[in-house]
Parts: sequence; structure tokens; C-alpha cells
Amino acid sequence: MLRFTTTKAFSAARAVTKPGMIRCYSQYPLSKTITLPTGESYEQPTGLFINNQFVPGKQHKTFEVLNPSTEEVICQVHEARAEDVDLAVDAAEKAFEGDWSLGDPAVRGRALTNLADLMEAHKDTLIAIESLDNGKTLANATGDVALVVNYLRYCGGYADKLDGKVVNTGSDYLNIVKREPLGVCGQIIPWNFPLLMWSWKVGPALASGNTVVLKTAESTPLSALYAANLAKEAGIPAGVLNIVSGFGKITGEAISTHPRIRKVAFTGSTRTGKHIMAAAAQSNVKKVTLELGGKSANIVFNDCDVKKTVENLVTGIFYNSGEVCCAGSRIFIQDGVYNEVLAEFKAAAEAVKVGNPFDPSNYQGAQTSQQQVDKILGFVDIGKKEGATLITGGERSGDKGYFIKPTLFADVTPKMKIWTDEIFGPFGVIAKFKTVDEAIALANDSEYGLAAGIHTLNLNTAKYVADRIKAGTVWINTYNDFHNAVPFGGYKQSGIGREMGESAFDNYTQVKAIRIKIDESGNN
Amino acid sequence: MSLYKDLTLPNGVRYSQPIGLFIDNQWVASSSGKTFETVNPSTEEPIVSVYEADEHDVDKAVSAAKEAMKTWRDVPGEEKAQKMIKLSFLVRENLKLLASVEAADSGKPYETNSKGDIESVANYLVYCAGFADKLHGKMIPIAKDRYAITKRYPLVVGQIIPWNYPLSMASWKFCPALACGCTIVIKSSELTPLSLLVFADLVKKAGFPSGVFNVVSGFGASAGNRIAEHPDLDKVAFTGSTATGQKVMKSATSNLKHVSLECGGKSPLLVFDDADLEQAAKWASFGMMYNSGQNCTANSRILVQDTVYDKFIDLFKVEITKSWIVGNVFDEKATLGPVISKGQYDKIKRYITKGKEEGAKMILGEEREQLNSLPDKGYFIPPTVFIDCKQDMTIVQEEIFGPVVAISKFSTDHEAVEKANDSIYGLAAMVFSQNFQRVQTIADQLEAGSIYLNSSNDEDIRVPFGGFKMSGIGKELGEDAIDLYTETKSFYMNVGHRI
Repeated sequence: MLRFTTTKAFSAARAVTKPGMIRCYSQYPLSKTITLPTGESYEQPTGLFINNQFVPGKQHKTFEVLNPSTEEVICQVHEARAEDVDLAVDAAEKAFEGDWSLGDPAVRGRALTNLADLMEAHKDTLIAIESLDNGKTLANATGDVALVVNYLRYCGGYADKLDGKVVNTGSDYLNIVKREPLGVCGQIIPWNFPLLMWSWKVGPALASGNTVVLKTAESTPLSALYAANLAKEAGIPAGVLNIVSGFGKITGEAISTHPRIRKVAFTGSTRTGKHIMAAAAQSNVKKVTLELGGKSANIVFNDCDVKKTVENLVTGIFYNSGEVCCAGSRIFIQDGVYNEVLAEFKAAAEAVKVGNPFDPSNYQGAQTSQQQVDKILGFVDIGKKEGATLITGGERSGDKGYFIKPTLFADVTPKMKIWTDEIFGPFGVIAKFKTVDEAIALANDSEYGLAAGIHTLNLNTAKYVADRIKAGTVWINTYNDFHNAVPFGGYKQSGIGREMGESAFDNYTQVKAIRIKIDESGNN
Repeated sequence: MSLYKDLTLPNGVRYSQPIGLFIDNQWVASSSGKTFETVNPSTEEPIVSVYEADEHDVDKAVSAAKEAMKTWRDVPGEEKAQKMIKLSFLVRENLKLLASVEAADSGKPYETNSKGDIESVANYLVYCAGFADKLHGKMIPIAKDRYAITKRYPLVVGQIIPWNYPLSMASWKFCPALACGCTIVIKSSELTPLSLLVFADLVKKAGFPSGVFNVVSGFGASAGNRIAEHPDLDKVAFTGSTATGQKVMKSATSNLKHVSLECGGKSPLLVFDDADLEQAAKWASFGMMYNSGQNCTANSRILVQDTVYDKFIDLFKVEITKSWIVGNVFDEKATLGPVISKGQYDKIKRYITKGKEEGAKMILGEEREQLNSLPDKGYFIPPTVFIDCKQDMTIVQEEIFGPVVAISKFSTDHEAVEKANDSIYGLAAMVFSQNFQRVQTIADQLEAGSIYLNSSNDEDIRVPFGGFKMSGIGKELGEDAIDLYTETKSFYMNVGHRI
């Protein structure tokens, strides 16, 4: 049985004080003027957003936010500690007892569609903040923000359509099965798609009448704070949406153990997900949904369209600098096309332009932090030591900024760490296979089960393989191809629950059965 | 001749009224050149003449809708939703204009009736827009090597709407149709063509492509019938009288097109001995006289339990007298407008005479005319209340569609249900009692599509609506409307079953 763990070798790196994680005590202003690489300036809120107001943390602690393309400080933001999370929960609880949750759901729907309109109006600023803070290219950030706007509209349109049922058990009972919100929901989001992950959490939670305390990733807190002002403008009442910037060990921990938070939703690593699930159970059995890591298989059959397939392989592992939970990071190529596809894939990887995310000619921006860069380069060393063949890349690109060259290893086998472990970078591992059943076995040889890709022109093969792959999303002749109406989530250790689509609303509602006895005897 | 006419409405609103037919996003004259007049029922004066569509014009409109479907069907649901949202903004921006046109053309009081209608159009556009990107099919497992999927497809539809809530009734039709991706040919009533024409310009402004939404003003026998029988329409949806609904359904057999009908009613409101009588009287008054009783779900029969009969009638009489102020529709205080036309006026008057002839006792009605408290001109009929009615009276059995209510008595619950169900209609029913058990049991037995427990006529767009028996076919509003405007295709996927 395969075990997976994050690489113990790199826990040492985490103990070192990293630039950008410096925390201070300060009277830091609640807003900072930031000049973007485009030359424009905007006002970036830096406080904690509680009860529709920006406030400093009670302990006045702040931390630095870095630009991964330049390794320079953008600004600082206020840090939420446990007592700040308490205040946020107080606000969220109060708001939950009010009209937001008990009143006409169409009001919530309108607030969300208003928010979508405002985010669309502010999209240029949001896109720039995202690229600045995360390091992704403007093109990627543009795609992200468009998806955010669409998803908020989708959720807004759903708010007044979460009907219950009436179950017929005979005329002497009326059984009403209704759906109710959960209460105060804690949400912990990652740094790879800051605003998009924010929308996947906030959209369905608010549409179904919950109130939220949301912690951003400590490396990418900026876009959520900017969006908080828009949420207020959109008419979302005080206390419904609260944003607390901070670190996992303090802020995140306060959320997952909180006795008055009724649900925690987390996107991030499997290791942290397990910890959160344990904390949730131990504290108050709060409901848990998790969207965790992956090592998704991208399978190429002999009868694929080679040119289109190679494009999908590139999207699969180099899109968003490989910092995608469902990245197609294990690539399996059938022997009949192995040499041809490998050669094309290598050429395509080497043609990927890496550099400044504000330069529109670049496909791949920066990795998000020094920590990530160290981890990825560490895996390059491991891959070489384990005997895999380095096909291309395997080193930094340029000498400033967290840029890494698109990297591919071939002749990788299931026992290697570069096969079992999630690397979370532009780093793909390749193996050859003969038969369909062998491909399925290789793909399923993982404790992860987030996604898979199948490239073939034969529908029978596609369906056969899709039915047998243990993954929550199977892409056929495409990859990393999302739509907000289609549910997304993991099998096995890749997660619990599904986001997007109708399924998302199951995460944020609970069922109440009301069984009424009808006594027919007393009537004349 | 220009296709717009500059008009000034009685409340001073000045605007350009479109008078043509709206086909392929363009205003055109009728092919015959014929026009017809629309009359202001508050003044009996003509407002303006608009072009009249005949069979040829309907053919052109259907052609445009059919052509538009070829590209419109591939536009993603979220884009359609956005256009509907934009349209809802445009309706709100033009609320005063649309409500004024509606009040002038249909006799609905501006402040207490017409404005609410236009707001509901904007709201329903938003609700239905939320469905446009959620028209899902199913996946059905069959065997290891076989499965099936279903998908929903839009229709090219004809919609025929009535005069009692012109734009609002039109919205019950076009909102779900647009959300489902249909292309539309819609005919207003010949009595109230104006608001839908003003609205058509907003549809174009909202960015709907040519041919998706086409408006033909005209008459039932010609344009309406051509829509019902048209070989290129996949569906006809109709709201109006049961008699006309039957004609539409017969014409639809030409190509077996889908049919949905929302027809007449004679909805009974039941007052039980443990009812909150004051509330029952208030709701009954609202449910009967709103819109001058020109309402398919009006509670035009009231059945009161004998032990509370007299008390209820006293309370009801007070409510009616207090709430229904007949007057000029642009007068803020007016809550009761005229009935729509001379034809309806005469018909309702005949029913009132019949009621008296058959022995029902009139306790409210003509005394207002006698007191000269009605306006000189306009088809105003005062609220009219008959009591001590018997089941076989004409005014109890037939739909009057005016401000005339027939009140009868009952003794037992069983008798109440029997009398309530003694009707060819089954659109709605109202039950007033404080005993939840009793109310549920009774409601289960009532043959009606919408049962209101301790209220009347307070529909919500999220709740399915449609009649039993001869009150109609199919359910509008709520999620159910999607079934009216899509058809399902099943795909059998054989992935290895060899024979």
C-alpha cells in the first residue's frame, strides 16, 4: 500500500524564517495605496473585515505580503488571532439570527448578483491584485475573475430555488422535508486561486443563508479584502461575510476548533485537511468538507489526436505554474505513440514562456513563494537520485523572482516519490503503458483521486476507462476545463464533498423533516 | 405611415407608442395595412390605432422565430440569463411609463395595481434568469456496457395572452420561455395591445437577437387561431376563457403541438365556524374585488358555515364598502377601476340581472349607481354582493369575470367540500379555519390546483400554478414551468453491448 506524506526532508526548510513571513506589532494603517506594475494605483484594505468594517487585530499584529515575481514586499496586513476569530463568530452568529437567513431568499440572490456586477465593474483592479499577490499571469487572473463573476451569478440565481420536498406516506400525515442553512461557517482557502477559491466558498454558503468567517492564505490575502468592500456595497448585511487574514496554526486552528462554528470548509493540502477534520470532530462535530491534494493521471491512448493532446498535456501540468490541485501531473502514454508524444511534449514544454506575469507574452508566471520553489527543486534532486530520466527543465528560470522552468521526468515508476507525492509545481512525471487495463491500474495507483484525463477518439475506450478511474472529475479530450454547473471534488484522500453545481448547496444546508399528524376523526 | 405615435396619457406622461408588429427586431406594418383601435375603458375614448396581424403576419413571425432558433439554441444559458437580467433593469427604469400605459389601456388603477404588475414582471425576469444555466438532464445507468443520458431542448413557441394583466400575464409566458432558450411569437389581447409593444423595444435594447421575440397584435379568430394551428410552432400556450382554450386545443391538433392552457375559474372560498372571521372577510374582499374581479383565481363563490353566516356577511360588507373606491385609475385613492370593455360591461350586467331573477338577494351593488357616485363615463361597475345563493343558480355556476360575488351557506364540512367541488372549474380554492388538522383534510379533498389556507390570491412566482378540471392544462411558475418550455431527448449509449 502506498503511503503518502509531505516530504519530511523539507520540514527543516519551514523552520527557517522566510522573508515575507515577518510578523510585526504595529499601528499599521487600515488602508494602503498600492501602485501596480501597470502604473495605476488603488486603495488596498489591510484590516480584518468584521461586521462590514475594517478593524485592526486586537493584538495589533501584522504580517508582510510579498510579490513573488520580484520577491519584494507589497504591504502588510493585519493578522487575526483567536480572539479576533471570536469577534468574527459573534458577528456572524448575530447576523444568522436575522433576516438574512430567515427572510426571503430572493434578497440573498439579489445581493449576490449585485456583487457579481460590482466585481465585473472592478475586474481590472481585481485581476491586477491577483497577479501581483499570487504571481500568476494576467491572462490566468483574467480567466479567474471571469469565472468568479459567473459563479456568483450562478449561486445568486439558485438562492430562491432550494426547494424541499413533501413525502407522501398517506393522508394521515403531512411530511415536509425542508432544507435549512447550517449557521456560522468557517472557510479556509488556499493561495493558488485566491479569488476563485473565495467564490467557490462564499457563493453557495451565502446563497443558502449561512454566515461566514473566511480565512485567506497568508501568502495571498489581498483580493479578498478588496472584494469585502464590494460585498458591503452589494448589500450584504453586516456580519454575514467576515474576512480574517492569518496563518493556519493560529487563525485556521481557531476556526476549526471553534465551538460555535457549525461547519468548516477547507481547500489545501491533504495533511492539513486531516488535521482540520480531526480538530472539527474533537471540538464540536462541525460538518466538514475538504478539497485536498491530487496527483492526477493524464492518459494518452494510441488513437488520440496528438497535436490537441499535447496542448492538453501542457495545460494539465503547466497551467497556473502547476499550482493546481487537479494538475495532470502523472502522464501515461501508450507505447504506440510514446516516442512521438514524448518528443512533442518536450518541445512544447520548452516553448512555454516563463516570466513577469504582467507581460502578456508569458504563459507561466511565478511560483507563489520561496518555500514552494525549494520544495519543487528538492523533488528534482529526488527524481534524479531515484533514477528517473530528466527530459527538460529542472531548474530556476532567471535569478530574481520565484520562476521555475517547465520540468518533465520520464521512466518514472510507482515506488518513486516523484510519483507518489504531490509536488505542486510545473513538474510532470511520465510513464509508458501497453494495455487499457494497465493504464487504469497505473492511474489508480495513488492515494489521491481528484481528477484524470483521457485522450482518445474511441468513445468505448473513454467510457470504459472513465467508469473505472477512481477520481471525482474525468476529462475526456480536454483538461483543467471547469464549468460552474459541474460538480468538482475528490475520491479517496483528495477530499470529501463536491463543490460547484447543485452539489455545492448540499454542503451548506441540512435537512429538517417535519412530520405532522393529521387527525381526521374530529371533523363533521 | 410612421410606426410610432406620440401620445400623452391622462397623467401627463408623454411618449412614443409603437404601433406596428415587432418581427425580427423590426417594426413593420401589417401586410394587409389593417389597423384596429384600442379604447381607454375609464373614458370610453379610443387611445390609438395599432396594426392588426393576420395569418400572413403570423406566418412571417413564426418564420423569424424558427430561423432565430438555429443560432439561439447554441448560446450558453448564462448569456441568456444576463440578457434577461438587463431586461429586468430596463423594465424597472421604465416602470412609470409601462405602468401608465397599462393603466390607461386596461383600466387598472395606477398606484394600487398597475405599478405592482410591472414590478412583478421585473422580478419574474430575474427569477427565471436563474434557471437559464440550470437546464439539466439526467444520466441513467442501465448495464455495464450501456447507459442513457437525457438532455432538454428548447421549443419554438406561440403564446396567446389575455387582457386582465396584459404585461404581467405576458411575463408568465415569455420569462420561462426565454430562460429555456425558446424563440417566441406572442399575441396580446385585442383589447390591450399597448404595453407589450412598448416592452418589445426594451427586449431589443437588452440585446436579444432578431427573431427571438416577436409581437403580433390582433384578434383571436384570425391571428390567435393561426398561432394555435401553425405547423411550424412546437407549442402553444394560452391564457383566457375556457371556451377559447378549447378552440386553441382543437386547432393545435394540426401538428400535435404541445398545449398548455390557463383558463377560467369559479373559485370557492370556504369560511368555517372556527375561522378568524375578520381576516376571512378581509382576504375574501381582496380576493374577489381586486382588478375589478377580472381575475381567473377570484374567489367568486363564498361558502360560509351556517353558524357564522350572518356575522361573516356583516364583516364582509364593511370590508367591501371600505376598501373598494371606484374612481379614475390615475387617482391615487382609487382602488377599483372600470371593467375592460363595453362587451364585458354588458355581459356582467346581464349576470347581475340574472342573479336577481333567480332569487339571489343583492346586499351591495346598484345603490352606488343610484347615488350617482360612479364617474359619468367609463365601464365602471360597483362591487356587487349576492347572498343566500343556491347551488344551481347561474351566478354560482358560471364565471362572470367582474366585481360580482355569490355567497351561499353550508352546514357540514362534507357539504362544504361537495358544494366547492360542484363546478366544471378547478383553478383555486381558499379555506379559512384556525384548526390546522381540519384545514389539511379539507384541502386534500378540494379539486383545485392552488389551495390558499387562510389567505386568498397571494401567489408567489416560485410556486407552481395551474388548474384542475376545465381550468387548464399544465403548471406555470416555479420550477414546473421548465417542463412547459423544453422537451426531453433520450440518448442510448451503447459502449460495448454486441449482439
